[in-house]
Amino acid sequence: MSKKVPVTLRVNGEEHELHLPPQRVLLDVIREDLNLTGTKRGCDLGTCGCCAVLVDGQPVLSCLALAKLSEGHEVTTIEGISAPGALHPVQKAFIDLGATQCGFCTPGFIVTAVAFLRDHPSATREEIARALSGNLCRCTGYVKILDAVASAARSMAPSGEA
Amino acid sequence: MAGGRSEGRARRLSSDSEGGRDLVKEVEESRAAAGYHWIGQRVPLIDAALKVTGRAEYTDDLKRPGMLVGRLLKSTQPHAKLLAVDVAEARRLPGVAAVLTGERYPTPFGVLPMTHDETALALGRVRFLGEHVAAVAAVDEETCERAFGRIRVEYEPLPVYDDPKVSRESVKVQIHARALRDTNLQKEVFQHFGDVPGEIARAPFKVKVSGKYLGVTHGFTEPHCTIAESTPDGRLTVWSATQVPHYLHRSLSEVLGIPMHRIRVVKPEVGGGFGGKSDPFPHEIACAALAIETGRPVKVLFDREDVFYLNHGRHPTLNQVTITAGEDGGFRAMDLEALIDGGAWSSFGTVSTYYNGVLAMGPYRFDHFRYHGWRAYTNHPPSGAMRAHGGTNLRYTVESAVDELAVELGWDPIELRLRNFLTPNCKTINEFRITSNSVRQCILAARERSGWDRKFRQLPYGRGIGVACGFYISGSNSPIHFTPVFPQCTVHLKADMDAGITIHCGAADIGQGSKTVLAQVVAEVLGIRMDRCRVAPVDSDTAPVDLGSYSSRVTFMMGNAARSAAENLKLPLLQAASELLGHPVEALEASQERIHLRGRPEVGVPFVQALHKAIERRGALVASGAYSTSPLGGTFKGAKAGTAPAYSFSAYVAEVDVDVETGFVKVEKVWAAFDCGRPLNPLSVEGQIEGSIHMGLGQLLSEGLSYRGARLMNPSFLDYKILTPQQMPEVECLLVGEDDPEGPFGAKEAGEGPLVAALPAVGNAIYDAIGLRFLDLPITPDKVVRALEGQQKKGGGVKPAPPTRPSSVGRGTSGSA
Repeated sequence: MSKKVPVTLRVNGEEHELHLPPQRVLLDVIREDLNLTGTKRGCDLGTCGCCAVLVDGQPVLSCLALAKLSEGHEVTTIEGISAPGALHPVQKAFIDLGATQCGFCTPGFIVTAVAFLRDHPSATREEIARALSGNLCRCTGYVKILDAVASAARSMAPSGEA
Repeated sequence: MAGGRSEGRARRLSSDSEGGRDLVKEVEESRAAAGYHWIGQRVPLIDAALKVTGRAEYTDDLKRPGMLVGRLLKSTQPHAKLLAVDVAEARRLPGVAAVLTGERYPTPFGVLPMTHDETALALGRVRFLGEHVAAVAAVDEETCERAFGRIRVEYEPLPVYDDPKVSRESVKVQIHARALRDTNLQKEVFQHFGDVPGEIARAPFKVKVSGKYLGVTHGFTEPHCTIAESTPDGRLTVWSATQVPHYLHRSLSEVLGIPMHRIRVVKPEVGGGFGGKSDPFPHEIACAALAIETGRPVKVLFDREDVFYLNHGRHPTLNQVTITAGEDGGFRAMDLEALIDGGAWSSFGTVSTYYNGVLAMGPYRFDHFRYHGWRAYTNHPPSGAMRAHGGTNLRYTVESAVDELAVELGWDPIELRLRNFLTPNCKTINEFRITSNSVRQCILAARERSGWDRKFRQLPYGRGIGVACGFYISGSNSPIHFTPVFPQCTVHLKADMDAGITIHCGAADIGQGSKTVLAQVVAEVLGIRMDRCRVAPVDSDTAPVDLGSYSSRVTFMMGNAARSAAENLKLPLLQAASELLGHPVEALEASQERIHLRGRPEVGVPFVQALHKAIERRGALVASGAYSTSPLGGTFKGAKAGTAPAYSFSAYVAEVDVDVETGFVKVEKVWAAFDCGRPLNPLSVEGQIEGSIHMGLGQLLSEGLSYRGARLMNPSFLDYKILTPQQMPEVECLLVGEDDPEGPFGAKEAGEGPLVAALPAVGNAIYDAIGLRFLDLPITPDKVVRALEGQQKKGGGVKPAPPTRPSSVGRGTSGSA
């Protein structure tokens, strides 16, 4: 057993004081220690995007990120994307436009899309596809995922035009 | 929902319609006339809100108190005798609760009753790299790994068989004692109808095409995961990522020796299956064995490499087809051979061997058919059922041959197909009963929407358009377990004073949306809001049996069972309303949350009032409905394989751009005309079609399990290349099927059939683009570049010649079905 080190993590606005083996990755901490199971384990190799979370608002593959290195940063998981009882426009569009099937890749897509749209509110479909190209989905063929993200972008546009 | 509806519809109807009739609009209008409230609506999945918020619970999200970690030690040899598996030292390691080897549960099992050749852990022999030789339960993963280091496995290598052609011959060592004769064949099938050799000798036109296919795998995002818990009351509970909970239930009972009624199988959300979670798996049984051994809950979670090694994906295939035609363009005979690499176990192999032949003729009529199929055992990871099981590789070869035949004849390939379609309500030469069949409407719609007539052979070199058709079973007519004859699916409903309807059914929603279909069907029949319907989790203690999510059977069979259950629940409601209203039951109907006089909602009572009246003094209403298939198929050997209560049909047109410098094939757009009868939920059907196209194009262009000898070289998503969002073409879904007479509300399958036409439509488009035909999948850029270089040496690339026969079919005169 490796010696544990103290780690303080801020996840979804809440501070957690943990003692972790130094090699423990963020995904394990989120899922196993904090019981935030919305973030999914698909490959443990950074190849599928299911484990994506936001660190200081930017998408990070939590299966490749050492938890210790996230100290001092703000981690947001799918559970922190919307307030309780509310849905982010991206989540709403995923529901309405059929962008989730088995749902396993969905949290990773949603956090990545939320971050991307925040920085690129008027992105084109091609730009959205590029931004999401680190996320694999085996059910949807991405068609309705791109529909949903593009639709969410329109619904969030300041002028409100859809 | 409203936004979704208008947006999707606008896209589907946006492209120009050419030449008068708009088939899509016509069929949509005729469907609307039925006046259904929920059926046919673009209904979002009822569990979508849980999935988009991360609240849907998959097996790995569950924790049980005191739960141990279970891990499985993988074989380092592809084929070897297991002389010893010494686990004594591992057992002594602190933190290890149990270590098991194959001797503990030696009963063989497998998904098909006649080919039980798997054990929970390897017993006496390993047959592929990655087969499990020992199971460890410990306090954490690290301890499991350290225990692995203390397990001594003594192997005596055996000859390795990695070539199905070798396995077909006489071999030195048989991989299984049950292999045929002195070979390593698991199954051999021969069927002959009519006079194929005579037809080939006489035929004025014939083409022969051979295809070669690497194995491909499901690539679902959720790795396999199982939790088991054995409790002091003598019961065992197993939560597992399975698409066929019932067969798991049976296998657990058989191998562990515990009666089924003391085993509870729960299916949490499943993160995709596509056939890859349809066998009862050794790791599921080993997990349960560890739980029994330790008395504590145990979780076995696969990593991605484990998933690749377990495989059960589409068979590596060599096939060959000869198709003959008369001077009139009419197909006469099909002669087909297929040799498929089954890997180390039987799995669904007997079915796979049949499907690789018997599904070849539809959607075309042939009067002569011969099939010789072989499934070989090798020391590769097992092959099994994968989306459009058995119907994918043969479809590519057959549709390529049809395309070639059109060239031979000088016909437009759409016209050749129109000349040769099976009609509705007919019987094929191998005695499949065809009922609804809208393949003609499919190909006409795809032709019209794609602008085929102004593109085929007319686009510039490098740009091409191609067509292909598809055919697939809508549910296997024969359940895997035949006796006694149980229904294929049963649905239970409960309505209590809270005025909610609880739906119990063992059908496995693996993301395809079967829970939503259940709620739609029940709400439609009862005339109520969908949110009154709640679909209970799949739990064998409470859910009646459904045979599982395979063979595209769920919508058809579960839908019929649900409809029948809802009709049975409605009866006492109508009787109660009849008492309250003073009108006879026959005069009443249920709609808009009311039970009322037919056509007069104002003369009636609210649904809730009728329900409360109905449960006065008797308590909750419960009702049951079931679906059983009726006997179908001939009496010859293998006649049941491929029989189904209905078949889906399709015609896809694809447009591609081939970069003649890099060999990169870009699929620009697919017009996917699909006959699933009446789509119960077009939003979900489109999702199935788009996802199928993604999976099909992956196999066509970039996916493939690559072996060096028996060693899998690419067991990761880095090296096994699934298409990314940027590689997906635009897809236009054209749902032009007419109602099926036996499907629920006229529906047929849409889960697997949408895959098969995608590959050959693109393959044929590549031929149109550069005049080269690729029959060795995947069609990677290096293969394209090499072929283009060959073409350059012969004087440069040109488009294939346009058809010589003037266009006529489908323009009125002979266009009727």
